[in-house]
Amino acid sequence: MKYSYYPGCSLEKNAASYHESTMAIAGPLGLDFVEVEDWNCCGATEYHALNQTAAYALIARNLAQATKNEGLDTLVAPCSACYLNLRKCDKYMATEPELAGRVSQALAEAGLSYKGGTLHVRHLLDIVYNDVGLETLQAKTTRPLKGLRVAPYYGCMIVRPGFHNGDDDPEYPVTLDRILTALGAELVDFPMKAHCCGGHMTQISEATGFELIRRLIKSADDYEADLIVTICPMCQLNLDGFQGAMNRHFGTSYHIPVLYFTQLIGLALGLAPRDLGVGSEIVSAKEALSKIGAEVEEAEVATPRQRRDDKALPMPGRRGEG
Amino acid sequence: MAEKVGVYICHCGSNIAGMVDVEGLARWAGANLEDVTVARDYKFMCSSLGQELIEEDIKKEGLTRVVVGACSPHLHEKTFRKACANAGLNPYLMQMASLREQISWVSSDKDKATEKAKALISGAVRRVIEQEELFASEAPVNPNTLVVGGGVTGIQAALELADAGYHVYLVEREPSIGGHMAQFDKTFPTLDCSACILTPKMSDVGQHESITLLSYAEVEEVTGYVGNFHARIRKRARSVKEADCTGCGVCIEKCPKKVIDDVFEAGLGYRKAIYRPFPQAVPKYPVIDREACTYYLKGTCKACEKFCPTNAIDFEQQDSFLDLDVGNVILATGFDMFDSTRLPQYGYGRLANVFSNLEFERMCNAAGPTDGKVVLRDGVTTPESIAIVHCVGSRDKKHNPYCSAVCCMAALKFGHLAIEKTGAQVYSFYIDMRTPHKNYEEFYDRLLAEGMQFVRGRVAEVTDAARLPGEEGKLIVQSEDTLAGRQRRTPVDMVVLMGALEPRHDARETALKFGISCSMNGWFTERHPKLDPVATMTDGVFIAGVCQGPKDIPDSVAQGAAAAARVMAMITKGTVLIEPVVATIHEENCSGCRICNNLCPYNAITFLEDKGVSYVNAALCKGCGTCVAACPAQAISGAHFSNEQIFSEIEGLLYDAISGNGAGHKVEPAGVPA
Repeated sequence: MKYSYYPGCSLEKNAASYHESTMAIAGPLGLDFVEVEDWNCCGATEYHALNQTAAYALIARNLAQATKNEGLDTLVAPCSACYLNLRKCDKYMATEPELAGRVSQALAEAGLSYKGGTLHVRHLLDIVYNDVGLETLQAKTTRPLKGLRVAPYYGCMIVRPGFHNGDDDPEYPVTLDRILTALGAELVDFPMKAHCCGGHMTQISEATGFELIRRLIKSADDYEADLIVTICPMCQLNLDGFQGAMNRHFGTSYHIPVLYFTQLIGLALGLAPRDLGVGSEIVSAKEALSKIGAEVEEAEVATPRQRRDDKALPMPGRRGEG
Repeated sequence: MAEKVGVYICHCGSNIAGMVDVEGLARWAGANLEDVTVARDYKFMCSSLGQELIEEDIKKEGLTRVVVGACSPHLHEKTFRKACANAGLNPYLMQMASLREQISWVSSDKDKATEKAKALISGAVRRVIEQEELFASEAPVNPNTLVVGGGVTGIQAALELADAGYHVYLVEREPSIGGHMAQFDKTFPTLDCSACILTPKMSDVGQHESITLLSYAEVEEVTGYVGNFHARIRKRARSVKEADCTGCGVCIEKCPKKVIDDVFEAGLGYRKAIYRPFPQAVPKYPVIDREACTYYLKGTCKACEKFCPTNAIDFEQQDSFLDLDVGNVILATGFDMFDSTRLPQYGYGRLANVFSNLEFERMCNAAGPTDGKVVLRDGVTTPESIAIVHCVGSRDKKHNPYCSAVCCMAALKFGHLAIEKTGAQVYSFYIDMRTPHKNYEEFYDRLLAEGMQFVRGRVAEVTDAARLPGEEGKLIVQSEDTLAGRQRRTPVDMVVLMGALEPRHDARETALKFGISCSMNGWFTERHPKLDPVATMTDGVFIAGVCQGPKDIPDSVAQGAAAAARVMAMITKGTVLIEPVVATIHEENCSGCRICNNLCPYNAITFLEDKGVSYVNAALCKGCGTCVAACPAQAISGAHFSNEQIFSEIEGLLYDAISGNGAGHKVEPAGVPA
């Protein structure tokens, strides 16, 4: 099963473990990903509000680039924001002639073109659930996730009306639940599974952002989940990266590790945690994963570089350095 | 002999005259169309005066053909046919041109509309000249009636007919009649006890000498036509001999196997493997549920047989079949309740204290699983707050676009019962309150006074994920209050989902079986939505109650009685006219290929094995012409739709094009072998 693959910016940096684990499980699951040549950022979540033409041209360029992968008409995005943007753009290029005209004009400047409907944009979750299938996952499981209590978290991007993932229920999705059950994990009811993680809200209004994060973490904790399983880099960043700040804000002490579903699939397939990027998360999953006998080597935490004091005068000979 | 055609153009007030130059059209027809002797226009052709105009002309002018340019033949074809017949002209020598539906109502240019009207009139004139005299035949009507469905609608229909002295076969799928109404506790807005008003009618049915009650039975097959249907009924094996059973109930008492009752108790209570759905069941004979019975599963037990004082248990009983001859059929098959697990965001089946409306009905019922106590799923705790969510699966593009008509009132009833039984704070989350019948709005006012809280806004989700003080351990109903313009989180102990009424899961199969049609949503289609709500396009098959569309008990009962009245009219008359517009197979040309047999949508064509040819039953044929078009040997002719008639009409429609080629030029039909 061969697909065009659009990793998106997150998977190069903060969600490197998502990319790593996706690549690690691709071989065993018979998935062949051909990365889109010279792709660019999808514009994430805010750009559309600022300049529609520019925002959609930015996305359409990726779609146009993806059509260069000959014979591959399915474009896979592991990041939910990328997935939603690519799908929206693909649809609007076919249904919104005015916008499509402006975007096409922009693309033409670069000698590119894209016709809505050419590609079939799918989320990685859809590929694993529908193309790989539960039976294959079950058959290939060598280290069942037995005893691990997991909260399946879908986020709000892949459940948007009209753009929801595959044939999953947009109000109460279940495909990730079924995948995790097939791997042997114990599912907790996670009523917040399709609620928003706050997106970039922590950068705009901390109090609002932390509250959105707290709801999710609290709900997982109420159900005694060992970890939250996510399919989106933004969700992972918020729930993992800001969990400490959120705890400080509310005076709480939650400790819920947040892993990507590909990392759990990799663990079930018997792969080494190291090869799946496990250990790079901020809220340590070491204790949780010891339940299934996976030994996590945690990444060495580099001593934070001394922050340059803005008021200090430059040292001789170091002029020009940032 | 040249025909004398009369052309009559109707103004239909301003309906046609406002867009078509009717006077000009009549003058034009009189002056330009061949064979037209008289051409007149009149304000309302369908009025008595208009009809008399036609009748007089037939008599005085000796008209041999009539063309009426007015509305669609669906509306007044019968009227004008009758007028012709009154004047001694065969009614099938009249042709209508639809100037209203096909021209004036759908045009905006008066000149073009008038030109099109000329073409339609010209077509009708050329066609009517080719039309032939046809004669309707008569068939007797069997006075017996088949009523399908033993809910309150079917019960009403059966009793009306039986009380008038006509025999009724009442077929019910479940072990007892009573339908959904038997499950309810109270009925809105009067709050009288549902069972108290229904069970007397049920026992009337059970004891009526003119009603043959066939419960635990289904209609397998229906053949025949209006007045003369044959129905094959499958009586499922009860495993109890009705002739011997006294209904004492010892078998039920002694049966050791308890199972969840998904039907009558809506999954909230239990019944035995041998059971009667409820104490007042009619008939009184129990049924063994073979999927649950220990004997059928493991081969031992037979407790019921051991204790039965009359040896009425029969484990070997087989399904039996009954063949009935009936003249008419009334379908009152009711509805299925919406499965609320299809809206997972409301948590039904996942969150313990989310209940369906039927569950709540059973809970309120004194004979129900909680003895009428309103309690949480734990069976003991009384809720202090209850949220009633409206429109679950109704008015929802993802599920059913329609309004289920009864849920607002049922929700008010639930509110009243909950307040009365528990003193709980009850919230209603509604989109619009719909209370359009006698004393319904007054009931709404009463609930406002009783302290039920109304929040106008569709519920987004029901969750147990608490996040604010006071939410811990509660169900939180998240909604947008569209009156206050803000989001609400309402913590409650119990949620009741007002699920939609849906067509029976097998409604389409049933429709096919009886030769009727379903709407897009799956409700049975009536002949006319306003003026003929209980008849169908198939003569002799009537529909009543919710199977035609969501409605409450008074409306269902009214329809049941209405359908019975329609049937009585048929029986009293004694005969039915059989339309002569039918297909005929010319045996000498039929090769017996049988292509037409399966194409016929009315099952009117049978194959005569002995002669090796197909045969059209004129009583069943609707004259649709499918077989005529499909026959590879041109062996079937459709009366009133012959090739000559159709081609003449086309020729007439194209009068202006053809006259350019020289008048009288015959168009040879292309691609049709002679």
